[in-house]
Amino acid sequence: MSYYFAIIGTQDNPLFEYEFGTSKQGGDGQPRFTEQARHLNQFILHSSLDIVEEVQWTNGQLYLKVLDKFFNNYISCFMTGSGAKFLLLHQPTAGPGSGGSAAAASGLGGASSSISASASASSSSSSSRNSTSIGANPTSPQTEEAIKNFFAEVYENYTKAIMSPFYKVNMEIRSPVFRQRVAAAGRKYL
Amino acid sequence: MSHLGPGKASTSVNGKDQILPAIGGPGGGGGSSSSSGGALRYPSNGKTIYHRPLNRSKTSELSQASFAYLFSEMVSYAQRRVTGIQELEKRLNLQGHPIGLKLLDLLLIREPPRSQTRPLNIITLLHFIKINLWMHLFGRQADRLEKSSDAATPDEYMIIDNEPLVNAYISVPKEMSQLNCAAFVAGIIEGVCDGAVFPARVTAHSVGGKEEGEMWPGKTVFLVKFQPEVLEREALIGKG
Repeated sequence: MSYYFAIIGTQDNPLFEYEFGTSKQGGDGQPRFTEQARHLNQFILHSSLDIVEEVQWTNGQLYLKVLDKFFNNYISCFMTGSGAKFLLLHQPTAGPGSGGSAAAASGLGGASSSISASASASSSSSSSRNSTSIGANPTSPQTEEAIKNFFAEVYENYTKAIMSPFYKVNMEIRSPVFRQRVAAAGRKYL
Repeated sequence: MSHLGPGKASTSVNGKDQILPAIGGPGGGGGSSSSSGGALRYPSNGKTIYHRPLNRSKTSELSQASFAYLFSEMVSYAQRRVTGIQELEKRLNLQGHPIGLKLLDLLLIREPPRSQTRPLNIITLLHFIKINLWMHLFGRQADRLEKSSDAATPDEYMIIDNEPLVNAYISVPKEMSQLNCAAFVAGIIEGVCDGAVFPARVTAHSVGGKEEGEMWPGKTVFLVKFQPEVLEREALIGKG
């Protein structure tokens, strides 16, 4: 299970991005995207902005849940009061570890059949355990709650970041402390 | 702005030699940190802005005297290099604008989670300003909220404050009688509106002091004029 998180400004400009893996079920917190998938992730994430713009006026909640799906990539969105969007791309894994992302990449033209074959071989043993995990079902209430908590914590830190008198709207967030805080929230909830 | 490459060091948006706060530091994105700009400096007590709580509304009252002093400096700063009253008000407005943008998120996060919603229509936005924003800034609600009764200007709303705190110690000379320093507050309101994607022009107008023995000589009207696209969207949402 790997995650790609990005904050998008009001001009659809990226302010912050971060990749991480799950820390639940013995995950090591490292992202398992292939090099190709990492570039694709940015496209998938940004293409969901159209849907965000539609939904934002029908739903006044900050957390807009899963908005978009592209093959095995799910996009969750959180919209701040001042129009910045937090987008989280998550790939639920059929098997453990890198199986899901490698399989997704090969489905999109990547040639990593040997990896996915080995992953699928080991997936049968632990698939029953994974079915209850956060990653297995992206639209289950548990997953949505976990992502909501993650977003809420990031929102708190984002608000602190923009409180800086030197921060102007739509500026890239470069503070390493902010990055640490996002990483900590990812470890805690996802 | 160029797109950030995955995992690469972030590209500088605003130029390398911009002055950063102690917490800002050089962008150490995704493992490889940029070498220019020196080491990150933390405040001496080790506490960055991220270590401070956002909810300190109980003890957040400030001295009105020091505010009045600072505000008078802001007005005289804005007064330098301007040729007219309109320009002066524009400068005060610009000083308030970023505050409004920031307050929007701060006030939302201080709401109880149940009522944490983005304002979706003009009325909820104006109520948010009248109640939440005014409570935060001045410790009380704004006095009235009105919609323009003129059918030709359906895009105009008025927030009325009988006694603006910012004008408490300001006496405007006769020859500048058009000036209302609450233009600063108008800028804050404009920032909130713009931040919530309701682009508007907000101006402050003195309406009191016309008659003898009036109750509120400092009465100020904040005229909120929304852009046409806001009303257009409002009509569409109302239908849906």
